[in-house]
Amino acid sequence: MMFRLLLIVMVAFGVTSVAAQNGPLRIEITEGVIEPLPVAIPNLVPENAEAAAMGQQLSRVIAADLAGTGLFREIPADAYISQITSFIAPVQYADWKAINAQALVTGAVTVIGDQVTVKFRLHDVFSDTELGEGLQFAGTTDGWRRIAHKVADVVYSRITGETGYFDSRVVYVSETGPKNERRKRLAIMDYDGANVQYLTGSEAIVLAPRFSADGNRVLYTSYETGFPRIYVLDVGSVQQRVLESQQGTMSFAPRFAPNGQTVVYSLSQGANTDIWAMDINSGQSQRLTSAPSIETAPSFSPDGSQIVFESDRSGSQQLYIMPAGGGEARRISFGEGRYGTPVWSPRGDLIAFTKQSKGRFHIGVMRIDGSEERLLTASFLDEGPTWSPNGRVIMFARETQGAAGRSTLYSVDITGRNLRPVRTPEGGSDPSWGPLQR
Amino acid sequence: MTLKSILMICAVLSVAACTDPGRFGGDDVTSNAGLGGGGVVPGSASDPTSVAYFQQAVGDRVLFAVDQSTLTPEGRATLDGQAVWLLQNADFTAVIEGHADEQGTREYNLALGARRADAARAYLVSQGVQAGRLQVVSYGKERPIEVCSNEACYAKNRRAVTVLAGGLTG
Repeated sequence: MMFRLLLIVMVAFGVTSVAAQNGPLRIEITEGVIEPLPVAIPNLVPENAEAAAMGQQLSRVIAADLAGTGLFREIPADAYISQITSFIAPVQYADWKAINAQALVTGAVTVIGDQVTVKFRLHDVFSDTELGEGLQFAGTTDGWRRIAHKVADVVYSRITGETGYFDSRVVYVSETGPKNERRKRLAIMDYDGANVQYLTGSEAIVLAPRFSADGNRVLYTSYETGFPRIYVLDVGSVQQRVLESQQGTMSFAPRFAPNGQTVVYSLSQGANTDIWAMDINSGQSQRLTSAPSIETAPSFSPDGSQIVFESDRSGSQQLYIMPAGGGEARRISFGEGRYGTPVWSPRGDLIAFTKQSKGRFHIGVMRIDGSEERLLTASFLDEGPTWSPNGRVIMFARETQGAAGRSTLYSVDITGRNLRPVRTPEGGSDPSWGPLQR
Repeated sequence: MTLKSILMICAVLSVAACTDPGRFGGDDVTSNAGLGGGGVVPGSASDPTSVAYFQQAVGDRVLFAVDQSTLTPEGRATLDGQAVWLLQNADFTAVIEGHADEQGTREYNLALGARRADAARAYLVSQGVQAGRLQVVSYGKERPIEVCSNEACYAKNRRAVTVLAGGLTG
């Protein structure tokens, strides 16, 4: 079920000129882009009859990836003055300058049997030159979207100087039904909502799947036994097993450490909920907090040395950071309202969180010392942020109010300017964004 | 059965009819069986040893204030009745389900539901119910009974429900 036979081979081929590394075609993401960069993405040129449809499909996904960042604006094809009909013919830069295309992606595609090969170049139009070397990707036809995401990742990376995030997957909870009879099952999809596959049935409530750093395993909580317990699922085989737990306790909110060996989670015993760590192979567990208050939603720093979590030990839900082995915790959230579901950015610089204030919910970010808090969204109920692999975009779930209320996924960039729905076949919640695929 | 207790059942039923008491009981609730003639239909609400009687006449749930797990006087009174019933019907065990309204994050609400379920459990134990007969589980905000997004619904969703298992009719 989970195997999509896909081999991606990247080959660089020689080019006559390479632009200087700090050429003019550059977006500084951190400065907050207000005016998106105009880019032309003509259909990839089919180099044989079998590739006829593939050229357009690929270029549409590349364009959707880039435009979806909010950093690029695609110039529509009906504005083009010259057409790209050959991968090797020289580009008429004047024609692309005339329509104000600053970047141009040209490419060609060949399909032989179930193999797709894509060659492409990125052009810096106003410098009359290529940006970086031309590249070639090859894979299977059923993995064609991944090839398009790979191309878009290279374009994004060369222009922004950041790692891309398009060739990545998200595991989430797919939801159907009204609030009082909601059915939930685990699902995995491409970052853009394509290729949804279901990992569990909806007989038991499942919550909050979380990827391992390598994207090969998923932790989640299930009520399969009637009580919330933590399971680990192998993404490739879809095999799952329950983690050790003590009789009469409830465990939930699991997350992997970066090493993939340790799992942190919440354990409820009686009225009290604390954070524990477990070695996933031996099942040996260790208590990390021991206050009578609620401690939950732990998330590791990318270096594995610290854990951010939420606690109501001060009287209301707030964010704290403690050493990975437990010990003294320092509070980092001090604004008005309640803070929960902290998640450490893969870059290490920011904590994303859910904030409740004055009857509204927000997704926000703050620095790890709690400074520079910035709210990115506001709605009746936004919850559960997860970071893109490059730490520049956050996906979360938004539930609408009332009897017909429904939960769907959204993404927002860390400036808060680019809020977009992520289209899934059913409702969605609890997204967890996996790593960039290899 | 005295006239007074029949009237009490009627009063409880008229309230319970609005809130779908069988939703978490898992058993069929024949909500008006036996009322007309005063006869006892085994397993129905008129049978004092039945799950239906426990749910409706005794009251299977207690409600909580926003973000609180402290029992209210009404809640303690309901649990007093539950304790008496459980002591008289010793072949039943129970799972106490803690729930929260939707105005909270998922993990926090799971922990809050655990507090609520445990508050009910601890009170029942304090009234003499054997601890071994009671289990707790939290559903957080996953299983609301009311779906509107205002306090009228939230108040009913912030609850601990004693769900019976076992017994001769359970």
